[in-house]
Amino acid sequence: MKRKQKRILYRIIISAVLLAAVRIFCPDEWWAAFIYAVPYVIIGYDVIRKAVLNIAHGQVFDENFLMVIATIGAFATGEYMEAAAVMLFYQTGELFQSVAVGKSRKSISELMDIRPDYANIMRDGELVTIDPDEAAVGDEIIIKAGERIPLDGVVLEGESSVDTSALTGESLPRTVRVGDDVISGCVNQSGVLRVRVTKPFGESTVTRILDLVENAASKKAKAENFITRFARYYTPSVVIAAAALAVIPPLFAGGWLMWLHRALIFLVISCPCALVISVPLSFFGGIGGAGRQGILVKGGSYLEVLARTETVVFDKTGTLTKGVFNVTAVHPESIDEGRLIELAAYAESYSTHPIAKSILDAFNTEPDRSRVTSCEELSGKGIEAVIDGLTVCVGNDKLMDSIGVKWHPCHHVGTTVHVAVDGKYAGHIVISDEVKETSERAVAALREAGVSKTVMLTGDSDKVGQDVAKRLGIDEAYTELLPADKVERVEALISEKSEKGALVFVGDGINDAPVLSRADVGIAMGAMGSDAAIEAADIVLMDDDPAKIAKAIGISRRTLRIVYENIIFALGVKALVLILGALGHANMWAAVFADVGVSVIAILNAMRALKIKE
Amino acid sequence: MKKTFELDELDCANCGAKMEAAIKKIDGVNDCSVSFLTQKLTLDADDARFDAIVKEAKKVCKKIEPDCEIIVK
Repeated sequence: MKRKQKRILYRIIISAVLLAAVRIFCPDEWWAAFIYAVPYVIIGYDVIRKAVLNIAHGQVFDENFLMVIATIGAFATGEYMEAAAVMLFYQTGELFQSVAVGKSRKSISELMDIRPDYANIMRDGELVTIDPDEAAVGDEIIIKAGERIPLDGVVLEGESSVDTSALTGESLPRTVRVGDDVISGCVNQSGVLRVRVTKPFGESTVTRILDLVENAASKKAKAENFITRFARYYTPSVVIAAAALAVIPPLFAGGWLMWLHRALIFLVISCPCALVISVPLSFFGGIGGAGRQGILVKGGSYLEVLARTETVVFDKTGTLTKGVFNVTAVHPESIDEGRLIELAAYAESYSTHPIAKSILDAFNTEPDRSRVTSCEELSGKGIEAVIDGLTVCVGNDKLMDSIGVKWHPCHHVGTTVHVAVDGKYAGHIVISDEVKETSERAVAALREAGVSKTVMLTGDSDKVGQDVAKRLGIDEAYTELLPADKVERVEALISEKSEKGALVFVGDGINDAPVLSRADVGIAMGAMGSDAAIEAADIVLMDDDPAKIAKAIGISRRTLRIVYENIIFALGVKALVLILGALGHANMWAAVFADVGVSVIAILNAMRALKIKE
Repeated sequence: MKKTFELDELDCANCGAKMEAAIKKIDGVNDCSVSFLTQKLTLDADDARFDAIVKEAKKVCKKIEPDCEIIVK
């Protein structure tokens, strides 16, 4: 508890004891009002002070002012005990509320507690501790076991496992070796790492994420704006109703004192704080809970739209597939598999083409280049090389045709690389982008979550695209698209969907930025995604796992349900107590409950949004 | 220019909403958002009059919640 909260707590205890004593010992005389006023002032002096200040500023509908009017009114009608007790209850409720909000604020910020405090840097042969902000690109930093990685960089020395869970929600640690990139905000678990800084602190991952989360609260959801607008009308309406209640019925039926007392009950209920606080707190909790899963949401409004997802559009490369080309099939004809790869790898050993790289990766041994006596690159066709005296041709259909070698197509989908040795067909190697392990499950989970249409857009060939879409169970696939075509396609899909449904686009590349902003909700793949895509997106998946999309939709729906529960509960209780109060069945105690009690319950309910079921 | 300020002693959520509405009405303010949860004020206003606007926002803030202070670093 903060000092301020403690002070209020003491005041509550003192005045409660005093009030009890007064209640027991004070005779029921006219001067009892002055005795009751003592605990009343002890507990309520700050409310009274604010009420006076605010009324001087012309704030007629200020909650402090209304509270003071209500309690002084109670004094005036002879309900001394009630007046003092209501103020006591009000303050107790406010204290609860402030503690609950403080707690939730803390637990959410703990989730995002990834800001590194320091960096160890080598200066003149000595290890010094500096603020991460002071480190420059190119500096060498040391990260010991158990320390948080302060800046993005590349490992120069050491090997360790790194805990990325604070960023990605992934509980399995990742192993990093020399040459690997490390991301700030992760925790180094085992070995010592020497890292060269590649980004200044202001541009590093940890700063970008924190900025994103902090700004999330300023992008308000529709429900939040609705409730603040509602609050603006609610208080004046209830106060006017109170005035009417105090004057109109007694004009006809008499009983001025009774009606005045009922009107005062209205004033106590007139504060809309329960609503105003619980709605943003629910969104805040939902955003915090999603963050723990490695799903960064840039604002409550996106959760609101995400909950209505009807169509999900995917980019293929890097989103559903790994975006890394690999040898997926080796089909030798006259020689064995290892020999085929070996010859292809030697022929490609001087090339920098991604296909060459994937063949060399599959070969997995450093080629002895002295065995290659000549090597010629035939543009658009492939390579002709002499290896150990054998003439090896590696390339596409056109190359085989041009050297007059009979080849045959492969039933596997991907890029086929043919190999011919001394003019004789030796077989082929198929290279393709691998589908992510979780992609199929991701699409199935979306269907279970009630998404009615899944679409895949790709710039890749029709054969490859259709094959991936079919394997993953995606409804529609549009292939061989240019970036501009993707925007057009998404616009067409937006016009096809129902009025209420939302279209979500998931992508990673720089070309996706325009589509990400055009879609109702744009989701970017974080770690691999480009900065431009992350900037344009509304939600960022930190670990590139497409299965998180369905999870994000689940979180958004749960959050929205909590928001509506709170709105209905708070409005319902207030309306009920207003009606009962007008009819004379509710006293001021009930009114205080309808005000602060409801706030506390709504806050506790809002905190559920933070807890995400696995 | 867009800038974020911390709010000290913002105790009631509705006051935050009232401040936001009032600050939005200040001449030269493009957008403003008060977050009760992060206790922060994000102000987007004209560069030329920014300091004057901040001063005015402080005054507005005091008027609505006497204890609340916009912290200018």
